[in-house]
Amino acid sequence: MSMDATRYADGSISYPGHPRSREGAEPVETVDLSEYTAEVLTWTQSMATPPGVRQPNTLAIVEFDVDGESVRAIGQVTTDEIETGDEVRPVYVEQTREPGAGIREPDSQHWDGYRFEPV
Amino acid sequence: MERVAVIGAAMTQFGQREEWILELLAEAGLACLEDAGVEPGEVEHLYVSNMASGEFEGQTGIMNGLAHDLGAIPAYTQRVDQTSSSGGAGIYAAWQSVASGASEMTLLVGGEKMTHKTTAEATDVIASITHPNEYNVGVTLPSFAGLTARHYLERFDAPRESLGKVAVKNHKNGVDNPKAQFQKEVDLETVLESPIVADPLRLYDFCPITDGSAALLFCPESVAAEYTDEYAVVTGVDGATDTHVVHERDDPTVMGGVVESGKGAYEMSGRGPEDIDVAELHDMFTILEFLQMEGLGFTEQGEAWKLIEEGYTEKDGELPVNTSGGLKSKGHPLGASGVAQAVEIYEQLVGEAGPRQIDDAEVGLCCNVGGFGNCVITTIMEAGQ
Repeated sequence: MSMDATRYADGSISYPGHPRSREGAEPVETVDLSEYTAEVLTWTQSMATPPGVRQPNTLAIVEFDVDGESVRAIGQVTTDEIETGDEVRPVYVEQTREPGAGIREPDSQHWDGYRFEPV
Repeated sequence: MERVAVIGAAMTQFGQREEWILELLAEAGLACLEDAGVEPGEVEHLYVSNMASGEFEGQTGIMNGLAHDLGAIPAYTQRVDQTSSSGGAGIYAAWQSVASGASEMTLLVGGEKMTHKTTAEATDVIASITHPNEYNVGVTLPSFAGLTARHYLERFDAPRESLGKVAVKNHKNGVDNPKAQFQKEVDLETVLESPIVADPLRLYDFCPITDGSAALLFCPESVAAEYTDEYAVVTGVDGATDTHVVHERDDPTVMGGVVESGKGAYEMSGRGPEDIDVAELHDMFTILEFLQMEGLGFTEQGEAWKLIEEGYTEKDGELPVNTSGGLKSKGHPLGASGVAQAVEIYEQLVGEAGPRQIDDAEVGLCCNVGGFGNCVITTIMEAGQ
């Protein structure tokens, strides 16, 4: 799964992308967020994880600044040592959770992705 | 447009039950009809609020199964799924069916059977509502609560103890509810020292996994008097959505669905937050009670934690919240919860809440939240005249 965000005709950017923006504008291009760093907005360490998910699972909502436009993303964190306000960068991992261990059909979605690593 | 009355209400014992989904639904449905003195054959529309009987039990088609089991054939029937707000969505559907004139007697039954699954399996069924990008990283509903709670506490300089006091309050209320899953008080120290589930939230910040069912019976107000002198009227109901992807919301501490559905329900009823005598809020996680208090206009953003500190939402406070014990103590059988909220408000309005009764309760509100605020239904009910 890529970290491609979508820029829309109204100037907004979202990750993940959607067929239309919140205001109904059409997509015009993608922006690769893996080339940016982000700031941790909030985080949690989840202890009660579903089948196929690491335990504990440290998660963060982070905020990218793409040419002055705020773009948020949620993802796993590479370490348990994280604080609000930390600067992080996306790092690719081949598997974020085990395909087929949970309820979702394995072929219905991606199982690789990015984790956030403190800079 | 005809005003819609609620003339009967019932709920099963919530908790770990041996019965499966159809049996639970029938138990509440029959009890509700009996409460109102209405025969099954009088039911014209039958709505069944349920999130995931197929995923939990492998049983689908439960609306038809229930119509048969109740002896309500040939009533029109429909299953209503709006995840955790399926119950509220069922209220909206039932209200529409009567207000439109399509039905003169509509039964709503909400239910879920969950406890035969492990916590991890049940968590995964519930987390299946998430966007593929969220599911990819193992996000669960409790982890959304942890993320939001940390942001709220840091941003508004709220003490961690304030969230714990929500759990203490709602457990205290649940002691007086014989249908609640937990009928025991917990103290703040127990809450704050319980195992971490999604930091900073701990075990007692979360509702349990629950089996159970609840039911309401609706008819035109002009028909209600044929059956009872004590009834409630649905004077406001509205539903709204927010983003599927939770982190895309402009403000993590604002649930747009709560705000918008609340506005709609207030406008329809001609009421405002100051008119509400008692409220049932969707405390699936303690932080949600704060977000709904603020989103529904009971206080300003970032201020709800102060109300719990002041005792404002206690049973003897200015605005009693979750007199039933809430989802926190009563339990959260997904499809039943929104219906059970309204059962509590109905009992408060007709004076049948027993030891939980609030003096002079005339106007009540319930807010049923699906997902992490993804879909929300707010309902305002008033004592019948």
